[in-house]
Amino acid sequence: MSDSTPLSNDERLKTEPFFARQMKRPELGAIAGVVLVVIFFSITADGSMFSLSGIMNFMTPASQLGILAIGAALLMIGGEFDLSIGSMVAFAGLFFGVCVVNWGLPLVFAIPLTFAFAAAVGAMNGAIVIRSGLPSFIVTLAFLFILRGLSLVGLKAATGGSTQLRGVRDAVEGDWLAPIFSGDALQGVFGWLAQNGLVATFKSGLPKVPGIPVEILWFIVIALAATYVLLRTPAGNWIFASGGDRNAASNSGVPVDRVKISLFMLTACCAALVAIITVMDAGSTDARRGFQKEFEAIIAAVIGGCLLTGGYGSAIGAFFGSIIFGMVVIGLTYTDFDQDWFQVFLGGMLLIAVLFNNAIRKRVTGER
Amino acid sequence: MTVDTKFHHGDPATAEPIVQMQNIEKHFGNIIALAGVSFDVRPGECHCLLGDNGAGKSTFIKTMSGVHKPTKGQILFDGKPMDFATPRDAMEAGIATVFQDLAMIPLMSVTRNFFMGREPIKGKGLLKRFDVEQANAVTMEEMRKMGINLRGPDQAVGTLSGGERQTVAIARAVYFGAKVLILDEPTSALGVRQTSNVLATIDRVRKQGIGVVFISHNVRHALAVGDRFTVLNRGKTLGTASRGDISPEELQNLMAGGQEMAQLEGSLGGTV
Repeated sequence: MSDSTPLSNDERLKTEPFFARQMKRPELGAIAGVVLVVIFFSITADGSMFSLSGIMNFMTPASQLGILAIGAALLMIGGEFDLSIGSMVAFAGLFFGVCVVNWGLPLVFAIPLTFAFAAAVGAMNGAIVIRSGLPSFIVTLAFLFILRGLSLVGLKAATGGSTQLRGVRDAVEGDWLAPIFSGDALQGVFGWLAQNGLVATFKSGLPKVPGIPVEILWFIVIALAATYVLLRTPAGNWIFASGGDRNAASNSGVPVDRVKISLFMLTACCAALVAIITVMDAGSTDARRGFQKEFEAIIAAVIGGCLLTGGYGSAIGAFFGSIIFGMVVIGLTYTDFDQDWFQVFLGGMLLIAVLFNNAIRKRVTGER
Repeated sequence: MTVDTKFHHGDPATAEPIVQMQNIEKHFGNIIALAGVSFDVRPGECHCLLGDNGAGKSTFIKTMSGVHKPTKGQILFDGKPMDFATPRDAMEAGIATVFQDLAMIPLMSVTRNFFMGREPIKGKGLLKRFDVEQANAVTMEEMRKMGINLRGPDQAVGTLSGGERQTVAIARAVYFGAKVLILDEPTSALGVRQTSNVLATIDRVRKQGIGVVFISHNVRHALAVGDRFTVLNRGKTLGTASRGDISPEELQNLMAGGQEMAQLEGSLGGTV
């Protein structure tokens, strides 16, 4: 060995072709999946699926799921699971409903309170996992039932026996914060586009799509923010490190426990955001809100390239994973297929994604 | 058998020790893990600590790196008594330890591993961010200095060989200002070629004026780079010898405690 090892000409290094390099990106599978699903529905579905209103139709459920999935993806990269996010949506929805309906709080108090409440539950989840050293799978499975049960009990207590809390719409009517969390954004822009004949309109001249549903904007903003944090901040490095190997990370000075608890809090806050948006849109909250969303969110994250073992994945992947989801759920209604194929499709996607991710992981680590 | 190597050997007698451990004892309940160990390391030397399994090497390293507090004895750092409460204190003072697990994450890139927990920051306030360009440039440069050509800074650590990973861990410790580098059996799981790479890395580090503590149970590896040798046996040091004052056979015998080894050597024809 000499000090002057030549830099670039190691005879055993092949230059990597562009395609092979892209193969190593965690979100590749999800992007490929989006392309496949778009091709599939372009052939089988009614053409209106990819019209502007069709796109809004499938992006709305995709966004509601996606906000959860991005939280779940960050948590999975950090090496933990949260199976309680679906129940958390119902629980946070109940809390929010009680804030605005029973206590008559304005949104400027109700929304921060709901987030704080969700974060506290998330922190409790995280603290139990960290302190006990138990798998987060089991701890959060317990909370899946605890929170769902509490939502039911709480709803009955708040309404005097019903499992649905109505009157949210009346309570938030006219609140200045409401447009940020409900309805359609950019209505002015769409109106202008309609006047100039750039988007499809009804006979009255109003645009068929009045605006972009706010959840879609939230979804995009959160996906961008999460990607930025993961790839361009020390906190992102800590998340990867905590999920990759907690001992190695903490020996190198990464505050692993703090990172993980923060991620549990973040995931719970994502659930709270979905709860606030959907409760305000529906005008009521009920105990089945967010039912089984935890599984769908984890599936979207896995389709997006997150490894179940942690330490690898991307927020952009979860973003596309959720869009695939929305397209399949809504897209089947545009086709002649039986709706119930949805579940088959879902399971199949998950299986393919996991096989694909496993292959990618071996490529990345060179596995020898 | 004399071992001549191309590695540089310093003149250790001249400099003042960076770390001096005097009559260190460490008891765990009624077990005496260390029973009076004295050891020092000077800048620019490689001091080998040899010992068989169970000799107390691990306890000794952990005492030196601040994981354990000694029951008796004192540690001098730059001539002043030191009392490390945590491994972080020791790290900040400049005692870096590369443990056998290396504290590396295979799925993460070399750069991300290199700066794990100590990411360079640029920008202010909300725009405070991980300075990826700077981190990549430093990583490539430091690895090149150690004689490793990375495909790119985003190459995953999992694709590196064991020796290369060891080198990344050493380069990281050096970059973050280690004055003393403790290497826990860095060559124990490596092949011949990788071992010689790691030994070459140790030599490079020593030339920068860092004191290297090389823990091993392989006499040949130790003799290849070591300037001084201390043998630990049953929690005690049996003295320190300088390079040239001791033969491989003597070292081997000291490690094993003498007798059995002599018998074995007879039957195996001196190959152990």
